[in-house]
Amino acid sequence: MNASVADRAVAVVFRREAGRVLATLIRLLGDFDSAEEARQEAFTAALEQWPAAGVPANPCAWLIQTGRNKAIDRIRRDAVFRTKILDREIASAEADADAVPEEADDSTFGDDRLRLIFTCCHPALSGEAHVALTLREVCGLTTQAVARAFLVSEETMAQRLVRAKKKIRDAGIPYETPEPALFNQRIHGVLAVVYGVFTEGYAVTTGTRLVDAELCGEAIRLGRLLDELLPANAAVLGLLALMLLHDARRPARVSRDGDVILLEDQDRTLWNQAKIAEGLVLVDRALSIPGQLSSYAVQAAIAALHVRARKKEDTDWPQIVGLYEVLLRLHPSPVVELNHAVAVSMVDGAARALDLVDSLAARGQVSEYHLLHAARGQFLQQLGRPLEAREAYRSALRLATLEPERRLLRARIDGLPPGDRA
Amino acid sequence: MQYLLLIYTSEAEMAARTASAIASLTAEYTDFTKGIIKAGQFKAGDRLKPTSSATTVRVRNGQMAATDGPFAETREQLGGYYLVEAKNLDEAIAIAARIPGAKHGSIEVRPTWPPEA
Repeated sequence: MNASVADRAVAVVFRREAGRVLATLIRLLGDFDSAEEARQEAFTAALEQWPAAGVPANPCAWLIQTGRNKAIDRIRRDAVFRTKILDREIASAEADADAVPEEADDSTFGDDRLRLIFTCCHPALSGEAHVALTLREVCGLTTQAVARAFLVSEETMAQRLVRAKKKIRDAGIPYETPEPALFNQRIHGVLAVVYGVFTEGYAVTTGTRLVDAELCGEAIRLGRLLDELLPANAAVLGLLALMLLHDARRPARVSRDGDVILLEDQDRTLWNQAKIAEGLVLVDRALSIPGQLSSYAVQAAIAALHVRARKKEDTDWPQIVGLYEVLLRLHPSPVVELNHAVAVSMVDGAARALDLVDSLAARGQVSEYHLLHAARGQFLQQLGRPLEAREAYRSALRLATLEPERRLLRARIDGLPPGDRA
Repeated sequence: MQYLLLIYTSEAEMAARTASAIASLTAEYTDFTKGIIKAGQFKAGDRLKPTSSATTVRVRNGQMAATDGPFAETREQLGGYYLVEAKNLDEAIAIAARIPGAKHGSIEVRPTWPPEA
């Protein structure tokens, strides 16, 4: 094997094993910083040894073992530690480690990775910290890559990570999968972080940068990992399906000029069929788990009905209306109500949909939400009331901040016929 | 680890409670306190007299100044505390969530900072 081939093989192993190695080292060494340092040393040792000796049969166990040994060496060398502490730390590190690497199987690593995810997404940390820690520690992205994704400087991101790790240490956030009584509540927090990473990459704000596809890819990778670690969980399956079905449409949703292309106008031949096929299977599995109805699964089922239609005319709108009604019972929100109204307009017509939106607006919570006014404009236009439609679109335009959405609204206004038909 | 659980509630709201409401809240606190003593988690804890009884002390340039009242005006005031022993933050949060005041006020959970070994 020549050096560059070996380097590449090592790089592949690193990318695949980085999260697992770190997760177990954190448990063995008791804190993030020592674990990261140990992992770095283990990777350096691998780069030196593997090209000549070959990649070990269980590279993950090798890296953990090596990292642990390096950490213990470092603790021994470290003059700052007084003898008593030194002995205690070595004894505890050795006792813990004795139980691990050699006979470690995938379930041990899996448990550690789950611990790591729950720790990074602990409710006592801020939302910013959740995302930063998850991408850095679970996905193994560099600090620079995480900083770029969130449009902050590398220094700012590094400080955010340091603060978060300090909070984990100082507040005594456990490196544990939560007990059963807390599990359901906490898994929803984790899924919200994963979906947050996805939507950050999928947002209209940016959405076309290279890094956005990367973020969506990482979120899907996290979804797959959670599905592996928590099999047959309806919420996990539903979220993974939802992300795949959205991501499948990525190539068709923005024009070359950066304009948003609405679902109904997308070139359906550009959709990624492999992701759609996988997403559809996952939705069915999510919905078939008895006793667990997850709002992610319901949203994925809605996305599935959209991608199942070869032509937009084939879309099964009555079923979509039904699913939005299920979603409204599970998680009522103005956004869901608005989407429900749009689906209703496809089944019962714009007059009924306009009633729904007007009743939503009358409750006053969302009068500043531009999409509400945009939907009103659309319904009024369909009802042949262009003057009122123009008024509604103008309200939407006043509130919308994203340039692609504003262009879309201006195009709608320009496309209106002059005067009322009535 | 040890955590200080600081109980913030509205003094105005507490003052407006009926005698029977106060009695039932006191009973809830007694039950809760007995529970954490039995579980070996209790280290210390007390109610505090209202902020109207508070004095704020500062020393600046060697000059001591004691003034009436609490340091800051807030919607909720520190009304009591528990010092508890807990395995980790999750356990401390679980204890905090059982404090009767958590239902109408809020509990700040702070790890203590013991002197370095």
